[in-house]
Amino acid sequence: MGEQPTVKKSVMEEPIFEKGSSGRSGIDVPDPGGPVPIDAVLLREDLAGFPELSEPEVIRHYTRLSKLNFSAATNFYPLGSCTMKYNPVANETAAAMPGFAGLHPYAPDQHVQGALELVRELERWLAEICGLAAVTLQPAAGAQGELTGMKIIRAHHLACGYARKKVLIPASAHGTNPASANLCGYDSIVVPVDERGLVAAAAVEALLDEDVAALMVTNPNTLGLFEADIERIAKSVHQAGALVYMDGANMNALMGVAKPGHMGADVLQFNLHKTFSTPHGGGGPGAGPVAVRADLERFLPGPRVVERDGLYRWDYERPDSIGRVRSFYGNFGILVRAYTYMLACGGDGLGQTTRSAVLAANYLRARLSGVFHLPYQADSMHEVVFTDKFQNETGVKTLDIAKRLLDFGFHAPTIYFPLVVAGALMIEPTESESLETLDGFADALLAIAREAAETPDVPRNAPYETPLARLDETRAARSPVLAWSPKPAETA
Amino acid sequence: MRFIPHTPGDIDHMLATIGASDTEDLFKSVPAELRGRARLELPDGLGEQQVLERMAALAARNRTGRSFQGAGAYDHFVPSAVVAILGRGEFATAYTPYQPEVSQGTLQACFEFQTYVSILSGLEVANASLYDGASALAEAVLMALRLAPKRNKILISEAVHPEYIEVVRTYLDGHGRGSIETIGIAADGRTDLKALQAALSADVAAVCIGYPNFLGVIDDLSNAARLAKRIGALTVSVTTEALALALLRAPGACGTDIAVAEGQSLGLPMSYGGPGLGLFATRRVHVRQMPGRLVGETVDEEGRRGYVLTLSTREQHIRREKATSNICTNQGLAALGMTVYLGLAGRNGLRKLAEYNAVRARGVATRLEAAGFAPLYAAPFFNEFTIEVPGSQAWFESAVAGGLCPGVRLSERGFAADAGDERVIVTVTETNSDDDIDALVASLVTHLQAKRETA
Amino acid sequence: MEFPDNLHYTKEHEWVRLEDDGTVLMGITDYAQDALGDIVYVELPVVSDEPVTKDEPFAVVESVKAVSDIYVPISGEITEVNDELPNSPEVLNQDCYGDGWLVRLKPSDTEEFEELLSAKDYQSFIDELS
Repeated sequence: MGEQPTVKKSVMEEPIFEKGSSGRSGIDVPDPGGPVPIDAVLLREDLAGFPELSEPEVIRHYTRLSKLNFSAATNFYPLGSCTMKYNPVANETAAAMPGFAGLHPYAPDQHVQGALELVRELERWLAEICGLAAVTLQPAAGAQGELTGMKIIRAHHLACGYARKKVLIPASAHGTNPASANLCGYDSIVVPVDERGLVAAAAVEALLDEDVAALMVTNPNTLGLFEADIERIAKSVHQAGALVYMDGANMNALMGVAKPGHMGADVLQFNLHKTFSTPHGGGGPGAGPVAVRADLERFLPGPRVVERDGLYRWDYERPDSIGRVRSFYGNFGILVRAYTYMLACGGDGLGQTTRSAVLAANYLRARLSGVFHLPYQADSMHEVVFTDKFQNETGVKTLDIAKRLLDFGFHAPTIYFPLVVAGALMIEPTESESLETLDGFADALLAIAREAAETPDVPRNAPYETPLARLDETRAARSPVLAWSPKPAETA
Repeated sequence: MRFIPHTPGDIDHMLATIGASDTEDLFKSVPAELRGRARLELPDGLGEQQVLERMAALAARNRTGRSFQGAGAYDHFVPSAVVAILGRGEFATAYTPYQPEVSQGTLQACFEFQTYVSILSGLEVANASLYDGASALAEAVLMALRLAPKRNKILISEAVHPEYIEVVRTYLDGHGRGSIETIGIAADGRTDLKALQAALSADVAAVCIGYPNFLGVIDDLSNAARLAKRIGALTVSVTTEALALALLRAPGACGTDIAVAEGQSLGLPMSYGGPGLGLFATRRVHVRQMPGRLVGETVDEEGRRGYVLTLSTREQHIRREKATSNICTNQGLAALGMTVYLGLAGRNGLRKLAEYNAVRARGVATRLEAAGFAPLYAAPFFNEFTIEVPGSQAWFESAVAGGLCPGVRLSERGFAADAGDERVIVTVTETNSDDDIDALVASLVTHLQAKRETA
Repeated sequence: MEFPDNLHYTKEHEWVRLEDDGTVLMGITDYAQDALGDIVYVELPVVSDEPVTKDEPFAVVESVKAVSDIYVPISGEITEVNDELPNSPEVLNQDCYGDGWLVRLKPSDTEEFEELLSAKDYQSFIDELS
């Protein structure tokens, strides 16, 4: 490995495979009390490559690794479109209760009445929030919710005789939208975004024909703007016999303010890990419930909870269903957390949440406008998108601004997305941040803008205060090392 | 509202900076007619104490405990160390490691996770996880179709978990390619290789085999893979009980091209079936067609080892509709749970635990056999096996009334649609006490007596 | 940015060179390699008798954060591919007009040459883009 690095070496942590010593274990297993009753030819030799460590070593390794992370618990994390709000710790207390965590999915219905009641009530509450009739909690994530929703739309068209071929997707959409539509056999047709940053009704109408199955639209969109033409657009889409799929990723902007069902949405997925405070977990698990209007309920994945003879039961008789999208009933542990959060907030608290989130985004917008370029002037909802246009004059790019923010102790915004904006910086503060934190973040960005103008090399070479400097992604991609293996010297 | 830090003074200050008179002013872009109808008819919010009382009351209406249920979800002991690490906010409340300089904790844990999955599966490359075992199988089938653009048929053993097969059907429906044909089960509980051989044709893209299969049986993966390879089809192994992989020949060593598994067994609570953890591994040559997130090793500008997301041009945020999958993230925290669990168990602990499960399950089978209920299938099993119990519904009802879940009835799980099927899967893990086992045997003996008396 | 006069160009940022033996060599332009950044992966077609048609995608070039389909510039048969590239994709950044060539084609329709751009026209096309 060449010479030893001199700086910050101590903060890094060797891979667990380079630790421990032969003969240790972090669990004590009783003696099996007999030989393995399986023919030896069916068995593997052993688990060569697995480490051997005691419990304290494992705890220290992962505790130390945890300290190399930024997180919403430790840092302001204004990652646009991800809604990195506070995750109440009571959610975890509830999910860990043995009556939830210890349930086997095939436990008899009479043993799980509390769980089934929770499912039913959460379905009802989500339906109320979005103004649609029925909800499935099965999809494991937002993207799987999209897939489920598009399958439902396809099933609807097939029931009408023809599945249709195309799905209209705005240029500002998240990449999962076209990927999900494609997985259902639909071609994606891009709808341009106009000078307002919005989808114009005329642009949709120009693309509508009898082959269009649906419009997939995010509202507020990924620029943080409310789609002003949404009601007319929905009307036109419906007149063409197509459906409106609304990506509910940005529901944190709408609770108690507007219901997608009233705007003409027919199908919508929620992201419980965004709007309803379940932890992002470094990538998951989340949950992506799907809501539909009444006549589409029959297509929802099965099984569904029904109430019969005073008991909640799983109903598997779903002849029109699109089928399962995952095993069992969904990410139940995540549903428990979201339900706990909604109990805490209540209807008024959720409305207050939306108002505070939008207020915080507009406050940052007001503090940063002028110094950072605002590509679209329409009113912001829960997030605001700036660009690096002004900073480009000295060669400082969005990536540099993002890296420099890390030195100030703030996670970077979402960068280079949406794709319709060059050098986008997408900031979503959520309702969880105090005025002091918002001001600290704005001050940091303003300081970086000054650096960009006066000492552009400072942001260009950032970060300086993080456990590692910028990483070589090209090297990682050219000759991928995707698993640990002993160094040649060690194997020799 | 305890989750929101804005005081009235803060709000006034923010509004003044914005130049708005009140918060309603911020929603001018939303049509007034929509705003007028948006009130939420939901209960009032509650203090934390009341919230947790309500949750405890709901939880109290669920019954856990003495159970021999498996069939896709397994009650294994979860060490406190796993719970403690997963409870750390630094892991739980981070997101996708877009900024690797401040995400090395998540990234390195993913890298360690991929290494474990690679060793367990015996295949060179593993991704950072998918949603669950069932959707991982669906993704494997889609990948096999991409790798063989001219082939269209997917053969799936009937002994693959029925819910997994259903998910594959859902994913393929409307996809445009891929038709499913199921392969029956031989008398010994393994996939019928004669039937497989007959079904194999040049149009077959993939053969999917449960390992161990849904009946608990260790299927003949090696010979199935050998047959598949002869006609150039890929073999996909499907494991619901990942602990078995600590004991059995690795799927890769058996000739599997894509190994998928549900990882819940390894450090995660059953949690009524989710979150799960989809494990996915394949051969290095196929890495570009692999779905899901990948973490790779690299160095920083000062030459220090570090980790980044890599090969992301396969993914939806870059390739959009041409992506290998629509999946956007991984099951980060669940994958971390498994990583911590395997670090604790380690090379010998995990093996020993797997042996303990196998020996104990065999012990239970022997006792049930003595009571008149021998395993229905002759092929070896890991920690679950199938028995046939005439009048199984009555047996279940009396056992459940006594607080014991004796297993999983196949007929209730969409496995055997034909009425009168009396097969039951019995699963034994380290969490089943000797008392539980006595109660299981006793309930069957009682059931048998009751049947004899009525007969 | 360099666009040699002896090459022909497409609006998909590919170059084509007519060889003495009647075949053509093709690759991506300096503009394309610069726009992509560090190239990490190249997927080439296989040599085959089956003709390929102008404008159909037949190769892929990837950097860390971008991916670009490469389209057939001239209809014909693929007679040779640059086997070195998949192992050393960085050559595309270092020498896009030389060692970084992608594919050799035997053209089936020489009239398609008319549709290609000269170095000067391609330069103006690039100027309009920026």
